[in-house]
Amino acid sequence: MTMRNSFLPFCMTILFGLPLCAQQAGTVPAANDQNAAMEQHIRDLEDRIIALEGQVRMLKSSATAAPAAEAAAASAAPSAAPPAPAPAEALASQATGTQAQVYGGAGGSAAKALNPDISVIGDFIGAVGGNSPPPLATLQPFPSLQMHESEIGLQAIIDPYSRGDFFISFGEEGVNLEEGYITFTALPASFVGKVGKMRSAFGKVNMMHNHVLPWIDRPLVTTNLVGGEDGIDDAGVSIERILPAPKGIFLEATGQLFRGDSGDVFKAFQKNDVSTVDHLRAYKDITESTNLDLGLSYSRGNNDFGPNFITNLYGVDATLRWKPLRRSIYHSFVARSEFVWSQRQQLPVEQRGFGYYASADYQLGRRWFLGGRYDSSDRSRYANLTDKGGSLVLTYWPSEFAQIRGQYEFTKYAEGLNSNQLLMQVIFSLGAHGAHPF
Amino acid sequence: MTSMRTNPGFVVALAITLALVGIFLPAPAQAKKLNIVTATTDMAALTQEVGGDKVSVESIAKGYQDPHFVEAKPSFLLKLRQADLLVVVGLQLEIGWLPPLITQSGNPRIQVGANGYLDASQFAEILDIPTGTVTRAMGDVHPLGNPHYWLDPDNGRRIAKGIAGKLGELDPEDAGYFQQRYQDFDKRLAAAEQKWDADMKPYRGRKVVTYHNSFPNFAKHYGLNVIGYVEPRPGIPPTPSHTIELIGLMKRENCKVILVEPYFDLKTPNSIARDTGGTVVQYLPSVGGQKDVTDYFKLFDYDIGLLMKALQ
Ligand SMILES: [Zn+2]
Repeated sequence: MTMRNSFLPFCMTILFGLPLCAQQAGTVPAANDQNAAMEQHIRDLEDRIIALEGQVRMLKSSATAAPAAEAAAASAAPSAAPPAPAPAEALASQATGTQAQVYGGAGGSAAKALNPDISVIGDFIGAVGGNSPPPLATLQPFPSLQMHESEIGLQAIIDPYSRGDFFISFGEEGVNLEEGYITFTALPASFVGKVGKMRSAFGKVNMMHNHVLPWIDRPLVTTNLVGGEDGIDDAGVSIERILPAPKGIFLEATGQLFRGDSGDVFKAFQKNDVSTVDHLRAYKDITESTNLDLGLSYSRGNNDFGPNFITNLYGVDATLRWKPLRRSIYHSFVARSEFVWSQRQQLPVEQRGFGYYASADYQLGRRWFLGGRYDSSDRSRYANLTDKGGSLVLTYWPSEFAQIRGQYEFTKYAEGLNSNQLLMQVIFSLGAHGAHPF
Repeated sequence: MTSMRTNPGFVVALAITLALVGIFLPAPAQAKKLNIVTATTDMAALTQEVGGDKVSVESIAKGYQDPHFVEAKPSFLLKLRQADLLVVVGLQLEIGWLPPLITQSGNPRIQVGANGYLDASQFAEILDIPTGTVTRAMGDVHPLGNPHYWLDPDNGRRIAKGIAGKLGELDPEDAGYFQQRYQDFDKRLAAAEQKWDADMKPYRGRKVVTYHNSFPNFAKHYGLNVIGYVEPRPGIPPTPSHTIELIGLMKRENCKVILVEPYFDLKTPNSIARDTGGTVVQYLPSVGGQKDVTDYFKLFDYDIGLLMKALQ
């Protein structure tokens, strides 16, 4: 800051001073050449000022993302403000191309440069109707009014080799570290690694935070077979890599190892009751506006029936997206389906359940989305009991940072009980501009 | 570690992954060309100018696409993972889609702060840098300054120079070639600029309205006066009250030209044009916005041609 303050007036003096000289020079006869030279000179100076301004901007924002390799050691010592030693040297090192730009900050001032990007997302839900569910049902109705979740996101680039992401959610029952992990972005052989607590890569919905779902609640199959709202969300390590594939096809494999404690899906009774998730994703652009995204998932872990009782989960997901590039902010369509097979070892007999959902969302205009979802799922503990349901969803976005959603939901419980529910949701986000999920 | 033995799934998956990696690990030594990915077509065009046949360049966003809202498609990862250099517009233009792509690319060369990451905004003259506090009440404002800076030929020259320097740094053997290409570009641009300056000279001081605030550098360079925007705030779609205000303003100021980026709906601009007796001009903010606008020169040829017609 101080640099910029003292530096700009100096540049201004030069800029405004020179034209005066130029005019005086112009009174001398046959000074046209000189004039042209002077003009060129001014232009050169202007270019230099703009270049310096750019370097000052880069310096101000480079405090967090330390310059790469060779400069990393020098800047290792944390300091509260961008270092302002011999500016010439600093600028020179910037000029050699070790510049850095930090994404995600809403502020961009030097004082904030070392802080992570902070965002807060509020998720308020209101509900009317809905019968009390049968005793064995996993699906529970929403309370009348609820500050469902307040999620705080803290994200930053740690160094040129890694970034950190924290999502802490404050729900009605308390605080929960939804995710908190480091991503290693510079591993050899194009591997990307993560260590920490994270939503696992089992299917699509399991990876999504509540506020990016196209619905207010999660599909029945998630609730019944994949652990409900938090899903498979556990501490562990993850490694992924893009695999070689025929041209135009994106193929990616993910392998994850977790402690083995995830909601009501997995429970670790001893240290080696770890759980695993493997995911294979294939993606292809069909045209520039249409693409197909397919996934296979497998997960295995000890369940809460007791030690040595295993649950195996198999998943298939398919997503078809359409978004015309010239009108991308006005119209889009997403159809998605996930199928899950669950094998749960328990006494007296292993339970083999199956469930799926199929959904479609159409963007009517810049601010309006209309969607529907069909649900059907067995319950993991009572695989002969199948719940079914359907939802109609209308979403309005007043701006990119707020959304209002209404959802009518019909549920037919396996026991024969029907339930009609009307849900209302307001989501609002503060702070850093996050990336849009894909 | 013994725990893994009890759980074969992970081991199997890892083994398969590693095997595939081993089998298919590509042999990269083809003809030496720098592999460059840019966020937008304009950066691609400028990179191509100075890179010549020593580079292969591809842009993520298309020229007719809103650069604020590009989808982070995995297919882009296929390009990014091979890239030696990623050129971004910066100033948070790509904040909604590029960061996850960079993270997932598995490419250490192009990570933010690494040597193969180039933020082109550092070379350009940046306008609209907010002084004072920035809040979202101002809309989706760009808090670091206006990122639509490439529509000023002087900035184009500065960016090209910066890119040439970076290319030379990544490929020192061809540094001279890139400088030569830059000098050549500079000359051709200077010649083109003489014509553009002459074309636009009669219209200095003329008033225009744009849909989004993506025109300030062009306006400054050619002395046009942008008196308002169809958007009430950046990123906020038109509202009736703002539209009425804008129509009043245009009538008072005798402003007849509404410039609209190709990715915005024309309904509101058209109705403004009807009420003010003005014309809607679908100008191109980026190279590739139309099929025949294939480079940086044609972009200005196209836009200046449109403006001359509209401002006559
Ligand atoms: Zn913008």
